[in-house]
Amino acid sequence: MQAPEGAERTNRMSALDQIQNDIGTNDVVLYMKGTKEMPRCGFSSRVAGVLNFMGVDYKDIDVLADADIRQGIKDFSEWPTIPQLYVKGEFVGGCDIVTEMTLSGELDKLFEDKGIAFDKAKAEQIRAANA
Amino acid sequence: MPMEAQDIEALIRETFPDAVITITDLAGDGNHWAAEVIDASFKGLNRVQQQRAVFAALKGAMDGPNAPLHALALTTKAPE
Repeated sequence: MQAPEGAERTNRMSALDQIQNDIGTNDVVLYMKGTKEMPRCGFSSRVAGVLNFMGVDYKDIDVLADADIRQGIKDFSEWPTIPQLYVKGEFVGGCDIVTEMTLSGELDKLFEDKGIAFDKAKAEQIRAANA
Repeated sequence: MPMEAQDIEALIRETFPDAVITITDLAGDGNHWAAEVIDASFKGLNRVQQQRAVFAALKGAMDGPNAPLHALALTTKAPE
């Protein structure tokens, strides 16, 4: 059963079940502070900015809106910081790793391998601007 | 109480006694740190696995709203 977009978590569903469900039913998920339109932390903003700029269709989950998810995702990923990027159910990394992968082209390769649509020209533009 | 560079290095060194560890104060405020850890045990591990091992060594110093370690930019690699 798939929870509707933005549905309140029911008592029956634990935070970990919710996380499993979200990363299982969305190709790209970003756990972040704030939203993709209004990030509330510089690190979250940087990763959301890269995905926005590259035109990636992703689900943003605001950990500030749910304390159980905020702690739950850290336990689930064994990773102490936010943001956290998941692609096809797999943890990719946080801000530093995603930044490094964007600049090295590894993120493009990951998206290509996983069949995630993105604007390659925009990715090149990011690299050109940071060369 | 923020952590000092030598506290961060000591925690990492408990787990990685032979690592080359460089701690940098990014903002000059004693609160935003960068750590580079070069250790032979990282060979064959991807970045997530390497950095998870370092976070584990920090033993919860980054957990929770009152964590002593507020921000740590990690770079990890195996020796060339």
